[in-house]
Amino acid sequence: MSARYVSGKVLGSLATLLFVIAFNFFLFRVVEGDPVANLFRGRNLSQSQRAALTKQFGLDGSTGEQFVRYVQQTAQFNLGRTYTNNQPVASEIWDKAGPTIALVGVSTLLSTIFGVMLGIAAAWRRRTKTDYAVTSFTMTTYAMPDFWLGMLLLTAFAVELGWFPVGGIVDPNSDATGLAKVADQAKHMFLPALTLTLAYLGEYALVMRSSLLETMREDYLVLARAKGLRDALVRKRHAVPNALLPVITLISINFGFVLSGAIAVEAIFSWPGLGLATYDALQGPDLPMLQGLFLVFSAAVIAANLFADLLYGYLDPRVRTS
Amino acid sequence: MSAVAAPSARRITWLRRRRALGSGWREYRRNTPGMVGLVLLVLIVLMAIAAPLLADPAGLHAVNTVNNPAWANPAKFHPLGTDHLGRSVMTQVIWGARISLLVGLAATVLAMLIGSVVGITAGFFGGWTESILMRLTEWFLVIPFLPLAIVLAAILGPSIQNIILVIGITSWPFPARLIRAQVLTMKERLYVDRSRALGASEWHLMTRHILPNVSGLIIANTTLTVPVAILSETTLSFLGLGDPSRASWGKMLQESFEAGALTQQAWWYYVPPGVGILLVVLAFTLCGQALEEVLDPRLRDRRE
Repeated sequence: MSARYVSGKVLGSLATLLFVIAFNFFLFRVVEGDPVANLFRGRNLSQSQRAALTKQFGLDGSTGEQFVRYVQQTAQFNLGRTYTNNQPVASEIWDKAGPTIALVGVSTLLSTIFGVMLGIAAAWRRRTKTDYAVTSFTMTTYAMPDFWLGMLLLTAFAVELGWFPVGGIVDPNSDATGLAKVADQAKHMFLPALTLTLAYLGEYALVMRSSLLETMREDYLVLARAKGLRDALVRKRHAVPNALLPVITLISINFGFVLSGAIAVEAIFSWPGLGLATYDALQGPDLPMLQGLFLVFSAAVIAANLFADLLYGYLDPRVRTS
Repeated sequence: MSAVAAPSARRITWLRRRRALGSGWREYRRNTPGMVGLVLLVLIVLMAIAAPLLADPAGLHAVNTVNNPAWANPAKFHPLGTDHLGRSVMTQVIWGARISLLVGLAATVLAMLIGSVVGITAGFFGGWTESILMRLTEWFLVIPFLPLAIVLAAILGPSIQNIILVIGITSWPFPARLIRAQVLTMKERLYVDRSRALGASEWHLMTRHILPNVSGLIIANTTLTVPVAILSETTLSFLGLGDPSRASWGKMLQESFEAGALTQQAWWYYVPPGVGILLVVLAFTLCGQALEEVLDPRLRDRRE
């Protein structure tokens, strides 16, 4: 992988990030109108109060000056203050990133493992009952809105059977610490994680299946069989590693959507992460919070895309040497 | 047709197109999942069109349903029970189909229109036009779809036009890239060179040679974009960004959630709209995949 390839990709990502920042600025600044007037509608504001508020929201000066200041502040991780509780947006987001990363991280990991396994099973036994079962299952989970699946699981396992809590991240009445607290959190995480795992699984299974089907037509697999290698060995040593490449790309790209992927599902299970924060910010709407969330979500995708490009450059010899 | 008169060029083209359509349909009919999807789709569309015959729209407004019991289960109130305001769930499902389908189709048409124009222009003209358009496409591909749609919908305000606009302008980049790739291979073909040598204008080449050849791809892609648009509508409506005055399936899910249907154990309120979405998305996906296979024979052994 040449330095030119790496620097090209890094510069491209930075340009994209700058585009997103500019887009974010103009989207909220131009369309919003006068936020001070909107926010304090119907209340008497003296000229000096109005001027102070305008300054506080960073709305004084020309659009150009505001934009430069916005870029500078963003570079220093200053994303303004929320309308609802007047807290710094950056620290609000930071507090809520943890639960989301935990929930979506676990779900991504599980869905990758099970999705790849299902994909292999379906491709290896294609046109059998296994294949049809896997394909119909993945098509069905793909066609469901993820939060609706969450509602169904919540009804069945939390409301009807009472096996799991209906929402939140910890039991508010328990003062458990240490291992007991972790167990309590795991219990709270089970249903949202199951929902997201089922929702993500289909894509991995389908990509793995079609990639393996493609690989199975290659000459070197015919040769491996002709050598008399056992079926399981051909699959494990020769077919699967090569077929995994597109799945790895998919995983690293999807990783960028980790932060923003669970908005509606978090709302259903009241999981206190960035998704629920987005849901709450929409009710206001709390525009600075939405703006900050949008920037963080986009930055995550850009970073993941860069990572996927670099990883691909490393893994695929055709990209590595060119 | 008389034996002497040679058929006009227009007639030859017309006959050829009809033959191609006929053989395509024969191919499609052999595709069982595609036929299942098509039948399902026809049934759902018929239900949406016949909504005024099937259910009185007055039942959508709580003012007219004060005499109905609230939270009545299907055993007490046929056929699907009532919601927290005593409105029949069945009536809402039937009328909701209209909004969900309308938003899904209109948003897809908008996305495909932008995507086709960008893809064909970029692929056909090349040069700096292509660089600028593709850079723009890449940017839109990188911005996470759902947050962008949420932010746009929050700023524009909730209405049916806005939700169509939002889904349309967030869904065009993928088709644009696909169409550009196809155009790039098309414009290297000999018949394009031949036509250009005969003095054809750029406009003629674009509309008469390139467009008909990418139209198959556009149609298959449209069929696969509709389910994505419908799922997006569902999520946006669930987040409260849908048209507040019109019931779509996504809006029903939002209202049931906000009204506490989960704790009321009123499954009859949120299961039917979800099943509706599931079926319509499944139907479009099956049709789209079947169309892809008809148009691209290389894909046929994909499911074998």
